[in-house]
Amino acid sequence: MWQWFHRLGSPQRFYRLAGTVSTALMVAAAILAAAGLYYGLVDSPADYQQGESVRIMYVHVPAAWMSMFIYMVVAASSLVVLVWRIKVADAFARASAPIGAWFTFLALVTGSLWGKPMWGTWWIWDARLTSELILLFIYFGYIALRNAIEEPETAARAAAILALVGVVNIPIIHYSVEWWNTLHQGATVTKFDKPSIHLSMLIPLLLMAFAFKFYYLAIALRRARSLVLEREKGSRWVREMFGGTA
Amino acid sequence: MSLTHTLFALLHRDLLLAYRHRAQLTNPLLFFTIVVSLFPLALEPDPKLLTTIGPGVIWVAALLANMLSLEGMFRSDFDDGSLEQIALSPYPLSLLVLAKVAAHWLTTGLPLLFAAPLLALLLNLPSEAMGVLLLTLLLGTPTLSLIGAIGVALTIGLRGGGVLLSLLILPLYIPVLIFAASAVANSAAGFGITGQLAILGALLALALGLAPLAAAGALRISLN
Repeated sequence: MWQWFHRLGSPQRFYRLAGTVSTALMVAAAILAAAGLYYGLVDSPADYQQGESVRIMYVHVPAAWMSMFIYMVVAASSLVVLVWRIKVADAFARASAPIGAWFTFLALVTGSLWGKPMWGTWWIWDARLTSELILLFIYFGYIALRNAIEEPETAARAAAILALVGVVNIPIIHYSVEWWNTLHQGATVTKFDKPSIHLSMLIPLLLMAFAFKFYYLAIALRRARSLVLEREKGSRWVREMFGGTA
Repeated sequence: MSLTHTLFALLHRDLLLAYRHRAQLTNPLLFFTIVVSLFPLALEPDPKLLTTIGPGVIWVAALLANMLSLEGMFRSDFDDGSLEQIALSPYPLSLLVLAKVAAHWLTTGLPLLFAAPLLALLLNLPSEAMGVLLLTLLLGTPTLSLIGAIGVALTIGLRGGGVLLSLLILPLYIPVLIFAASAVANSAAGFGITGQLAILGALLALALGLAPLAAAGALRISLN
């Protein structure tokens, strides 16, 4: 296990492996998304209260899950950066952050589109939307700090500290916002013993959630691959691979 | 020198420096007052409206005043190299950072408490809310300085880090803002406030324990 971990940390191996894995994940994501969209948009019933607009859920909820999941990935990679100084982990964190920000943005936009027919307004200061908005600000801060520091080693470690500070704060912010305002309906899927969502809606939701997850991993690996390549551009394996003179 | 001695020496030095540059003491205070007095001008001077928005306005202004003064925490020491000397000391950097944060709070956070009663009058807050406002400032602004120290430590080596600092720090200030403003608003409306004060205290305890460690780590990276 450790040896495998260590080998993955070598930029050269990571570059090779990430290319193959990324393609496989992309194919899986496309299949899952096609199935999820079919079941979600065509084969699942409309909600008895919300009508057809409930179908926004199949994009909105997975996007919101991803926004938090990706932040956790960034934080976990940051810990690896600070403890073991593995450069690949930093590339992965750096590649993930903008994707996380986009998923957060997507969750906000779809939430707003859903809110228009449901609440009659584009935006209300509801607890979950507000938490997502603050999460977006935190992503922006992380990306801004990375871009501001030119020296890659310093940027990696400074951003890692910020990501860990953020991960301590996100639950605090989430619960303070929740306490501040609880207008939203309660969580419906986290109760795994007896979900209050019907199976015909749960299946497309989970299909879409996995499609999003695989899509994220595929894109993050691809982006991390280019970042690794850029950072290692002086090394021998890169020159040999592209036929330059060593 | 023993550890306590060193910490007090550092605290004493920073306080003395602030006292010699008195503008450092008054500027955040003036900023705080001016920002608050802008709101009645931008909205309308209706006493009822002012009572409603007062707690939030005062707290947002306190947040901004704190943020603008953060840069001073490490700036001059970073520029003249004394920060590197501090980092070389045999004592834990996190404790030395804590001493510097304490000095910063004593010179920029504590003075806000003197302006707050006046601002509460300007915004037509009832007198019961006045004491609670002071209490929330006393509990909340140290937390702000502690969290802010991490942001300053991360951005101190960058040119034009000021705007970046606000991007990093303001989202992290939100819990303090929510609970502090709500405590003041509740007391103005005659409701209970112990819950909010307890959470402000908990946030302060958490920040006291963790923020100096993160700030020390960030400083070492910035000094690299």
